[in-house]
Amino acid sequence: MIEAKSLCKRYDGFTAVDDLSFTIKAGQVLGFLGPNGAGKSTTMKMLTGFLTPTSGIALINGIDVSENPVEACKHIGYLPEGAPCYGEMTVRQFLTFVARARLISRADVSESVDRAVEKLSLTTVSHQPVETLSKGFKRRVGLAQAIIHDPQILILDEPTDGLDPNQKHEVRHLIKTMAKDKIIVISTHILEEVEAVCNRVMIIADGKLLADDTPHGLVARSRYNNSVSMVVEEAEKVASVLSELPQVAKAELQDGELTLFPAVEQGLFEAITAAIAEHQWEVMALRLEAGRLDEVFRSITSKESAA
Amino acid sequence: MSTVGSSAAMRGATNVMRRELTGYFATPVAYVFLVIFLMMTGVFTFYLGNFYERGFADLDPFFRFHPWLYLFLVPAISMRLWAEERRSGTIELLFTLPLTTFAAVLGKFLAAWLFIGLALFLTVPMWFTVNYLGSPDNGVILAGYLGSWLMAGGFLAIGSCMSALTRNQVIAFILSVVVCFLFLLSGLPMVMNLFKGWAPQIILDGISGLSFFKHFADISKGVIDLRDLVYFVLVISFWLFANVLILNMKKAD
Repeated sequence: MIEAKSLCKRYDGFTAVDDLSFTIKAGQVLGFLGPNGAGKSTTMKMLTGFLTPTSGIALINGIDVSENPVEACKHIGYLPEGAPCYGEMTVRQFLTFVARARLISRADVSESVDRAVEKLSLTTVSHQPVETLSKGFKRRVGLAQAIIHDPQILILDEPTDGLDPNQKHEVRHLIKTMAKDKIIVISTHILEEVEAVCNRVMIIADGKLLADDTPHGLVARSRYNNSVSMVVEEAEKVASVLSELPQVAKAELQDGELTLFPAVEQGLFEAITAAIAEHQWEVMALRLEAGRLDEVFRSITSKESAA
Repeated sequence: MSTVGSSAAMRGATNVMRRELTGYFATPVAYVFLVIFLMMTGVFTFYLGNFYERGFADLDPFFRFHPWLYLFLVPAISMRLWAEERRSGTIELLFTLPLTTFAAVLGKFLAAWLFIGLALFLTVPMWFTVNYLGSPDNGVILAGYLGSWLMAGGFLAIGSCMSALTRNQVIAFILSVVVCFLFLLSGLPMVMNLFKGWAPQIILDGISGLSFFKHFADISKGVIDLRDLVYFVLVISFWLFANVLILNMKKAD
């Protein structure tokens, strides 16, 4: 379990993290969302004991990180921002160093390195110096060192940054398979990632917690929630006809796509399909929207900066 | 950090030391340093030290220039110890491993010290040479090696501490050279004259007692005095302790 109690980090005349409190329990995959400079990395550095909070405490399985960083670290696998590695070492040498430092018993070191190499598909490059590898491989080496001791808590700062779509998919798959009974905290600014792997989302900006919800709950906050979008011939005419329907609150036309916002809880989609059938419109696409996370993200974080 | 046993700390330090040594030999740094070190000791001994012309079977001309050699070569080794970790961000990785700051500092120091020990060891042919040419007092030579290695440790501890202050290796190098230079010179007349006349004798003794030169010279004469050994051990401990403090105060900058 991770507990943060009123975490603050202040630098000269600048507050990076402002009174952050939260609890993360086993089984949760938490996505840390926020604009650049929001305090995501700073918070993670405080959870892992690399930074000492100005005030407040971070507890890892009940251990105060500032007081006993060595004990707390044992429970954590951490991928720092930018996935730093000792570049002159080969992948195997580097992972062996981390495995030993992670206090894995001598007999198991080689085996756990093998396992991590295999899990992140690093077999082909395991004897190459890390600095000669591509960005994607380096990131995977960073992930391999984070999971090498099978930690109960994984803290990953932008784990898929710099990966191509296939590698992103693999890493997300890896995170999902490990998620059971573990705590995983990832920071990202890729919204689809949150929807793909997380079951809890925290949005922070300017060091403050602005939202703490499930991805589903967050999406439901969108004004697009339960709206209907369609691509249709003569969209303006269709828009004016549909705006007359009692179920439609508002019609918006953007980039050739017509979006109709609901005035009622249910029945919008049915009413629209009925109207389509009645008027025989040429409809190319029609869908019921769950909501748009980017729109929610923007409205939450820009509300804050405007205030 | 009472919950961490000393054996775990030692294991951590050994692991860091092994990693560092692997790092040295994975890059040309180690080989360049060894070659330069051997060349320079050769040049100093034979040209400046007049090894042959003196007609004595000892290694005095060899050891006499070690303080000056170390003044530049040891900071060249130590400058990257922490500055490089800061620049590349690996310091964050290192200090989120279950490892005390002390274990990391000790491991890095020991690796660099062993490495300089290796460089010293590679000058052993010089020892063979004097034994071939005459019959030197091998005890004195052994003491010279010990003193030289201890002095290198002192320089190294200063350099390691200076390296922790910055992420820039050039700054680390310059700071180390300056501080090492002060330690080296503190017993020489040019420094002592600054203090003579106004400072009380006890301070004068204290300053001259800090000099690497004096203690190294004592040991390399073949007189292994406990005080000289304690001196170097204290110097090393002091700077490594300062190193730990600096890192704990500013890990992230």
